[in-house]
Amino acid sequence: MGAYVIRRLLYGVGVVLGVLFLLFILFFTVTKPDDIARRALGEKAPAEVIEQWKINHGYDRPLWPWQDWDDNLLFDHYRRMLTFDFGLSDADDSPIIDRIAAGMGPSLALTVPLLFFGLVLAIPLSLLVAFFRETYIDRMGVFLCVLAMSVSMLLYIIGAQFLIGKMLRWYPISGFDPTLLMMPRFLAMPLIVGLLAGVGGDVRFYRTVFLEESERDFVRTARAKGASETQIMTRHILRNALIPILTNVVLAIPFLFTGALLLEAFFGIPGLGSITVDAIAANDFSTLRTMVFIGSLLLIVGQIATDLSYGLVDPRVRFE
Amino acid sequence: MSALLEVRNLRTVFPGESGPLPVVDDISFSLARGEVLALVGESGSGKSMTALSILRLVPKPGQVVSGEVRLAGEDLLRLPVTKMRRIRGARIAMIFQEPMTCLNPVVSVGAQVMEAIRLHDSINKIDARARTRELFVEVGIPDPDARLDAYPHHLSGGLKQRVMIAMALSMRPEVLIADEPTTALDVTVQSQILALLRRLQSDRGTAILLITHDLGIVNELADRVAVMYAGRLVEVAERKALLSEPLHPYTQGLLRSIPSRSRPGEPLPEIPGVVPPPHQWPAGCRFSTRCPIRFEPCAEVFPEQIRPAEGRRVWCHDVERSMRREGPA
Amino acid sequence: MMGLEAYVFSNIMTAALLAGAWLLVRVVRRQRLWREAAQQLWGRRKLAIIIVGIYLLIGLLDSVAWKGGVPEDSVGVLPNAPLTLIDRVFLGTLEASYSAPFAAVEFYGAMPLQRPGSHLFGTDILGRDVLYLSLKGARVALLIGGLTSLIAIPLALVFGVGAGYFGGRFDDFVFFLISTLASMPGLLLLIALIMAMGRDTLSVCVALGVTSWVGFCRLSRAETLKLRELDYVSAARALGVSELGIIVRHILPNLAHLIVITFVLMFSGLVLSEVVLSWLGIGVDGSWGQMIDGARNELSREPIIWWNIAAAGSALFGLILAVNIVGDGIRDVLDPRTRKSLS
Repeated sequence: MGAYVIRRLLYGVGVVLGVLFLLFILFFTVTKPDDIARRALGEKAPAEVIEQWKINHGYDRPLWPWQDWDDNLLFDHYRRMLTFDFGLSDADDSPIIDRIAAGMGPSLALTVPLLFFGLVLAIPLSLLVAFFRETYIDRMGVFLCVLAMSVSMLLYIIGAQFLIGKMLRWYPISGFDPTLLMMPRFLAMPLIVGLLAGVGGDVRFYRTVFLEESERDFVRTARAKGASETQIMTRHILRNALIPILTNVVLAIPFLFTGALLLEAFFGIPGLGSITVDAIAANDFSTLRTMVFIGSLLLIVGQIATDLSYGLVDPRVRFE
Repeated sequence: MSALLEVRNLRTVFPGESGPLPVVDDISFSLARGEVLALVGESGSGKSMTALSILRLVPKPGQVVSGEVRLAGEDLLRLPVTKMRRIRGARIAMIFQEPMTCLNPVVSVGAQVMEAIRLHDSINKIDARARTRELFVEVGIPDPDARLDAYPHHLSGGLKQRVMIAMALSMRPEVLIADEPTTALDVTVQSQILALLRRLQSDRGTAILLITHDLGIVNELADRVAVMYAGRLVEVAERKALLSEPLHPYTQGLLRSIPSRSRPGEPLPEIPGVVPPPHQWPAGCRFSTRCPIRFEPCAEVFPEQIRPAEGRRVWCHDVERSMRREGPA
Repeated sequence: MMGLEAYVFSNIMTAALLAGAWLLVRVVRRQRLWREAAQQLWGRRKLAIIIVGIYLLIGLLDSVAWKGGVPEDSVGVLPNAPLTLIDRVFLGTLEASYSAPFAAVEFYGAMPLQRPGSHLFGTDILGRDVLYLSLKGARVALLIGGLTSLIAIPLALVFGVGAGYFGGRFDDFVFFLISTLASMPGLLLLIALIMAMGRDTLSVCVALGVTSWVGFCRLSRAETLKLRELDYVSAARALGVSELGIIVRHILPNLAHLIVITFVLMFSGLVLSEVVLSWLGIGVDGSWGQMIDGARNELSREPIIWWNIAAAGSALFGLILAVNIVGDGIRDVLDPRTRKSLS
């Protein structure tokens, strides 16, 4: 198991380096520093102003190592990103890391409950539907799931804001208050909308997993032993279904980050998603670069965590 | 003496494009206490489905539609499910063909056998574990203590099958249904498992319904043999009688095609043609499409059951014709 | 492109697409498996297929444009501009500003309309008929979903099957590439690509393609690894069939059902992604996403202007739901397990 862990971590490091390389390509070669400067200063800015801006933001050095081994943007990029020295925003010159630090709290306050309640909601529903397979409950359930999945997240948000915020006035449409007391009020709506939007896809996926597991031979063996359907479901099917479900949960983590992007922006929650959305509108490349890196880092960590946790759930992996 | 297990007119159907297909069609046989009955047939003959029907484990969308399955007089098909569950694993147990996939991969083999015990017997975990260990010894699993906590993927096919046997026999069932127990195993392991089954059977007096397509196994283990073809029985007889004097053309064909019976240098005899799929079964005898002695009524009229001798049953127009001319054998 | 006007290029591409589709149908019809699958699908999901067909038809009608035939006094249209069939049906329906569905007067100010009572879904802020805009959005959606998939899937196949079949360094490279791309949250990568490459339609489609091909690449690689070990592949190799021959004749046909399913599912994912992009300001012109984004603020007015977003939202929902239902049907029909039980 130890060798597996080390190999997995090393590969993760390799992927991080790969992501950084891709980001470099995108943000320094596909878009040139000249373009970035122009977008920040305006198309008609004179050449000297652009040059000065580039010097201020560190874009004036050569791109590639072979152009100057001591001072080039590629090494600089790697060094700074890996040490979390994110520099200043291209838009307003504020330190990026401060904004990230401030944004982590609200983001987590939204995404962690979203993940948790999502599971609490989806797993029992899918168990129910799988249990009654091929009956009306199952068919209706699947149809509702497909229906729910076909609605754009945007429409959910707009609809919810419209119905609940405007017409019924139960909750504030947007805003955030970091105090523990007031937070639930502002998180309630984005949480509800996020759950609604996600439950359809989750239930359908978990249902498929449960159905697949219930067709396995060892289920037939258990039945031949005289076990009841409930015992089979809990002792055999659920335990085996945990493995693909675990993958899905971790795979969902980045989507929480980005799905929360919409939720945060719409509901005025000052988290990491909001920062990203603002950066897009302001053509703030340095912030955007950083946000993509952070998002990827989170995802890679999550993927490694899933792979390693397989060892806990699946004995076949444990003794590799 | 009334039989321990009596199957009468069992019929199991699966939905088909043009109506329900009877994959188990009017099957009747009996299994006496301590007897080994081999149910023989090619794949697709319905023998596995028959076994599953007895325990009411037919997978959806199939279902048992008519007939009786009496265990010591009680009709299992009409029991409520809760009572049926108490019979499964305790009075009738079953082992399957593929030990690879029949065990839960994330639960230790010891725990799975213990589950079989604790489903029917209210003993605590420690006693169940001890019992399981004894069972492991009895079925010949080496190093039983270590193996109790092993996972299925640690064990070879033969060992896994021994675990399945231990699981099945843990509650001392009266009947053991073994569905091709050795087909998926290596040849050397096959004979070990067969020897194990024979020993357990004689020690405990368990009746065995042995499903197989291998006549060699039939020769080793069976007391009586029932031959199935395309969902129906074609011949039932005692082993010696069937192997030395088969009456039905299909049985004859099967025996002829055993390699050890053919002469070296000659081409191996085979039954020409293939088993027709369910929707192409002829109205009469299902073997008529390949039968070398097919004559007029065979394709149209299904032969009735004939009793040419004590303990023998055949379904064949030709045999019927001979009997009418010459009288019972 | 080389002196071709945009609309001529679009006409040619549409014709090519239709020709390709007709060829595909002919090839598929000859194979029993696909024929039966198609019949089964038609039997089970008639309504959804018809709905998708309607969207396809609308998209098609909006894809072929020609010049001329425009009456002299048409408002808001240049006399020599290339117009599609849909454009022509709605010629002369331009109003001054908002109007409610079926209304006879303008929404603000109650001025009489050019075509009172004829706007099924009212008009938007520029006076354009909302039904017209919704219909035009169909083509955009089909472009985003269909065309991008048509590019992403072959790309994924080349890399995935190549990596799975040939292994070695190429496989290491592809696997690393997939891992890297898959480690970047989809939306973020999409945003990064569009910010870097530009916000024009082509860049957006390319960006969407780059972010979508990874999943199928991984899948086709895994399947190829499995298929490569099958006995009949070894047999073919022993018979001297070339590697390419094996790939084309043995590997690809076994991936065909996955290709179809992936295509359909990718379609709805792409269209929904574009909606989010539109809201972020980096979507494709003329899409339903842009209509929804533009119409958001109208809901908070008094009295509420709802028809814009209702029309675009319904059109979007209708297509996605129909495609999802058809996709599910295809998956059920092509599932190897259900196919086995047919025999």
